[in-house]
Amino acid sequence: MAGGVLAVRPGARSGWGGAATAALLAALILGTLAAVAVYAGGLSGLGPWDWRAVWFTIWQAALSASLSAALAVPVAKALARRDFPGRAVLVTLLGAPFILPVIVAIMGLVSVFGRNGVINGALTALGLPEISIYGWQGVILAHVFFNLPLSVRLILQGWQAIPAERFRLAESLGFAPGDIARHLERPMLRAVLPGVWLAVFLVCLTSFAVALALGGGPKATTVELAIYQAFRFDFDMGRAATLGLVQVGLCLAAMAIASRVTIPSAFGAGMDGAVALRGPGGWRRVGDAAAILLAAGFLLWPMLSVIVAGLPRIAGLEASVWDAAMRSVVMALVSAFAALVLGLVLALAIARGAGRWVEAAGMLPLIASPLVLGTGLYLILRIWVTPQQIALPVTVAINAIMALPFVLRALIPAARAMQDDFGRLAASLDLNGWPLLRYLVLPRLARPLGFAGGLAAALAMGDLGVITLFASDQPTLPLKLYQLMNAYRMGDAAACAVLLMAISFALFWVFDKGGRLRA
Amino acid sequence: MLEFCDIHVIQGDFHLTADFAVLAGRRVAVIGPSGSGKSTLLSLVSGFLRPDRGQIRWEGRDLAPLSPGQRPVSVLFQDQNLFPHLSVAQNIGLGLRPDLRLSSDQRDQVTHALARVGLADMGDRRPAQLSGGQQSRVALARVLLRARPILLLDEPFSALGPALKDEMLDLLAEITGQTGATVLMVTHDPDDARRFAPDTIVIHDGRADPPTATGPLLDNPPPGLRAYLGG
Repeated sequence: MAGGVLAVRPGARSGWGGAATAALLAALILGTLAAVAVYAGGLSGLGPWDWRAVWFTIWQAALSASLSAALAVPVAKALARRDFPGRAVLVTLLGAPFILPVIVAIMGLVSVFGRNGVINGALTALGLPEISIYGWQGVILAHVFFNLPLSVRLILQGWQAIPAERFRLAESLGFAPGDIARHLERPMLRAVLPGVWLAVFLVCLTSFAVALALGGGPKATTVELAIYQAFRFDFDMGRAATLGLVQVGLCLAAMAIASRVTIPSAFGAGMDGAVALRGPGGWRRVGDAAAILLAAGFLLWPMLSVIVAGLPRIAGLEASVWDAAMRSVVMALVSAFAALVLGLVLALAIARGAGRWVEAAGMLPLIASPLVLGTGLYLILRIWVTPQQIALPVTVAINAIMALPFVLRALIPAARAMQDDFGRLAASLDLNGWPLLRYLVLPRLARPLGFAGGLAAALAMGDLGVITLFASDQPTLPLKLYQLMNAYRMGDAAACAVLLMAISFALFWVFDKGGRLRA
Repeated sequence: MLEFCDIHVIQGDFHLTADFAVLAGRRVAVIGPSGSGKSTLLSLVSGFLRPDRGQIRWEGRDLAPLSPGQRPVSVLFQDQNLFPHLSVAQNIGLGLRPDLRLSSDQRDQVTHALARVGLADMGDRRPAQLSGGQQSRVALARVLLRARPILLLDEPFSALGPALKDEMLDLLAEITGQTGATVLMVTHDPDDARRFAPDTIVIHDGRADPPTATGPLLDNPPPGLRAYLGG
């Protein structure tokens, strides 16, 4: 009966805020997409170049997802069955790429795999041909760099979800490693891998900054990059809008497939459970060690190489870099605040039983990529403003909107638990408005709010996306870094990258820590 | 007088009717099998559930337009009666002003209420630092301060041991005797009913019967109640 009793809540005055916010959000996103659709010239407006971009977008995402998932399996397996000093730190570090600014990672990859990097240095010394990081292979490499750690975490969750009793039973039955794989591990992988693959595929489908920095040209242009080129270089708004529609179509198709597969949450808690069993010895031990070392090296080497090159030069950075840093911090904070307010209003409404459409509105950002939204907003606003004028506000707004699905994923379960535990007590004491927020909501939700705020701030801080459409005289720190790289000032670029990375991680840490302090 | 006027609640297979009055100042036990609708009956009064038909009236006034917090009602739930992140004094103070901007006079009232339930000087602690019995006392102190004319208890002491439960019931009887509150208490234990409630409402087969004297009812239970009580 308890469920039925809770279902009806007379006098729930709070329902309006959630519905209004959801409606506003839906109007903003769908209105922007409508502007894009009205302006789009029909698919006949797209040339062979554009269709090549569509094709590249799909296959690079598929290849990136396949490589990430396949390479992640041995690493996750090794981490699941081996214990070693630093294991916990390594597992934590695997979560770091999620909030690592894309352009910083690119900087790191260039410093290792680029023309003057260590790899090519070794190849030349051995008399072998050089490899190039620019082109499709660079795009794939960067995508694997970002998504391999994510995939390892997701698959490791799957491994740790196998009850330890099963492994003990297997051991008592004298299973060889091959038997364990057949009876325990492969069924788990069959359940987990499709979701992992799709999660990476979705991320790579809207890839922009990686393609901007490492791709380009007929063989390595994504749809997002093509929108940027049509907007920025040709100022062909019709083509930009048409490409925008294509991008929305791709996202919708992928989401339709995704709705049939369970996508595990990327940022799971309890990632560091005890090691389930003693791993087998012999060559498997060597293999596991190699998998862990290679993965850790692939992840850490580019970062260390940037830090070593950049750290000593930070003090010598020019004033314009510090200006950009200040600008970015303020923008990230405003973005995070907006995302938290939107997310909190929606999550509370959802926890109180608001309609499914409110939740759907919160997930709308998943179908609209940043560049599509940026193009649409410019189309709507351009009668009144110049691109320069709207660059910063639009960037802040889009970053807030893009963070919203992550914020909601963190807040909704906590808000539901709060409503179940204390909703009736608060109602019976007539707690409403500010007192409700201050004495119930903020204290109970401090942790997820801090975590979500940290994510939103770090993502906004590192974002190199929609800003590139509009501005160059007031760059954000990621844009400044990109400009330094393009000017081949690699020393300053490395220093700038270290600064950007440090600020992004610091923002996440401060928010997350703040949430834990209050709880 | 608390009136249940021609009340009907229908939720899928579940059905409950009630049509009777409880005299002001009476202490009434609510007894019946699990799932029969004891909590539902209380939710109608507290405002968490609307009847599909009928009215709940207090002193002749329909309660329907009032939200749970505006009703002349205090509730003690089965659990989660205190906010764990607020201090004991704050938890009690919420009963006076939800925004906790208490005057010095109101702060004195909180101190007195704490002393009244035997928890003087515990105002700064968090609920987690108290025993289960002490937590119940904090919730009772808030009931005392709110002094609403109707008190609803949904098995609030079921997690306590027998001796402690009896102690709480006696304290509760003292407090409600003092405030003159009308009390509805859901319970599984006939001894609770005997100890605390002169009247009892039996709920069975989708119907809440009018309150009758507890002693005779339990001494000579009708067939439906006999099966539930076992013996």
